[in-house]
Amino acid sequence: MAKSKTVVGGAKTKVLNAVKLIVLSLVLLLYMVPFFLILVNSFKRKITIIKHPLMLIDPKGFSVENYVSAFKEMNYLRAFGNSLIITTVSVLFIVLFASMASYYMARSKTIASRLSFSLIVAAMVIPFQTIMIPLISIYGNMFGMLNMRSTLIFMNIGFGMALAIFIYYGFIRSGVPVSLEEAAIIDGCRPYQVFFKIVFPLLKPTTATLIVLDVLWLWNDYLLPSLILGKKALYTLPLSTYTFYGTYSNDLGKIMAGLVLTILPVIAIYLLLQKQIISGVVAGAVKS
Amino acid sequence: MKKKLMADKVKSYLMFAGPAIFFFFAIVIIPFIYGVYLTFTNWDGISAKKELIGFANFLAVFQDKDFWSALMLTLAYVAISTVAVQVIAFLLAYLLTSGLKGQNFFRAGFFTPNLIGGIVLGFIWQFVFSKAFTAFGGMTSIPLFESSWLSDPLKAFFALVLVTVWQYSGYMMLIYVAGFVGVPKDLIEAASIDGCTNTQRTRHIVIPMMSQSFSICTFLTLTRCFMVYDLNVSLTGGEPYGSTIMAALHVYQKAFKSKKYGLGQAEALVLFVVVAVVAVTQYYLSKRKEVEA
Repeated sequence: MAKSKTVVGGAKTKVLNAVKLIVLSLVLLLYMVPFFLILVNSFKRKITIIKHPLMLIDPKGFSVENYVSAFKEMNYLRAFGNSLIITTVSVLFIVLFASMASYYMARSKTIASRLSFSLIVAAMVIPFQTIMIPLISIYGNMFGMLNMRSTLIFMNIGFGMALAIFIYYGFIRSGVPVSLEEAAIIDGCRPYQVFFKIVFPLLKPTTATLIVLDVLWLWNDYLLPSLILGKKALYTLPLSTYTFYGTYSNDLGKIMAGLVLTILPVIAIYLLLQKQIISGVVAGAVKS
Repeated sequence: MKKKLMADKVKSYLMFAGPAIFFFFAIVIIPFIYGVYLTFTNWDGISAKKELIGFANFLAVFQDKDFWSALMLTLAYVAISTVAVQVIAFLLAYLLTSGLKGQNFFRAGFFTPNLIGGIVLGFIWQFVFSKAFTAFGGMTSIPLFESSWLSDPLKAFFALVLVTVWQYSGYMMLIYVAGFVGVPKDLIEAASIDGCTNTQRTRHIVIPMMSQSFSICTFLTLTRCFMVYDLNVSLTGGEPYGSTIMAALHVYQKAFKSKKYGLGQAEALVLFVVVAVVAVTQYYLSKRKEVEA
């Protein structure tokens, strides 16, 4: 009796799991339709896209012509390079400055240190739109610093500080033993040595989380770069995609190819580092 | 002795926290304070002259009908999207923690839209709504798809909601998955031994245990949706007839298109207060729930 019951239960779970699997596959397929449509249409001629957007292959066959012209007209390599430089340098400085500051704030009990941390946490609720107008008025109108990659990097570092310090602070408080630092000091390490040789290497998992979060943010950022970088030569990928779309909005083939090209690097990285990216996003969200 | 100690403290503060504090003040705190000052001026963004005009900008905010309709639209968008995202994300997470084969693959798949910026997502969906949907409607003659969603104010609004739910449900799903995994195994076992059915277990143990995930996800969706800009610009651009302009886009246009910096900044501050009030209320309501559970 008991035996037959478990068998029935087992068969039931199997059927249930199969149903779940089918439902999930259908939903995932539906989720992927937009990407699939863009990809399929990027290999078609303009006229076929307009007449038959759902057709899989152009009657005249596959063509990479859209890619060739999109690549050239978007100035893809230049935009990619700009995005790469701006993202890398910004993230580097965010990680460096935020980890140093959080270490100090987590250890020092001075009023200045506690006050700084509270201010930073409080400022996390300020949305970008509340700062954007005065920011442009100060750095654009007063100092004339627009149209420089370094200005954008400078601002990215400032905007990245709050979340980075918040995440590092929590980790240092809970995960880095003070005894290690004390031992290092007794051994004659100077403050910077203690930090860079002992503490910073221990922060590795948090640093990884932060890099994931900040790269996703900075690589895709549009509003701030659009306010700072007005010259085409300085455009990042989102900016050049936006202008490209505006210029060729009737030439759908090129547009599709341009969109695929913009997405491609991110998807490639995702395929390689999927696990790290997903755990980084989860850790970042749960901590904040 | 005491002086030297003080100097040491200042030195180590500057050594470690100095750079971070400098950037943070230069980019966040000083502009924020300066922004408050701007709301009391009539600056047009170009001239060197700024006149102090008192509270005139705030009075103008209350008279700017477009701002209030943009804010109302944003509230509706936030409410609908936030609820829909939580429901779908929770269901997906529920299905993806039941030990199915390939659940990591599914999780990674649903998260994909979040790797891509709102600008690009908006352009992709513009094609889907204006070309693919209409072709599909032509083939199947389903009235909902026969004309482009983007040329009708109400449908264009729901196009924004749809893309938002599509994007964030995969993100929030990950957090709910973490919540499901975090429910202690022994609690579930105890419930099963006491004779709970699957549904009872989910309703009375798993969901209450996950109240923290609910508050995190609601907070994240809420604050992100309130500030929607990229998607708004690239998917509808505020069209048709300016009917889908959300608050952030309105503020942008007020300042940078109409050159009313003071008024734009005043509206940005009002928006900030609204977001803060909603977010804090949500936080306290869900905190109370967490204690009850």
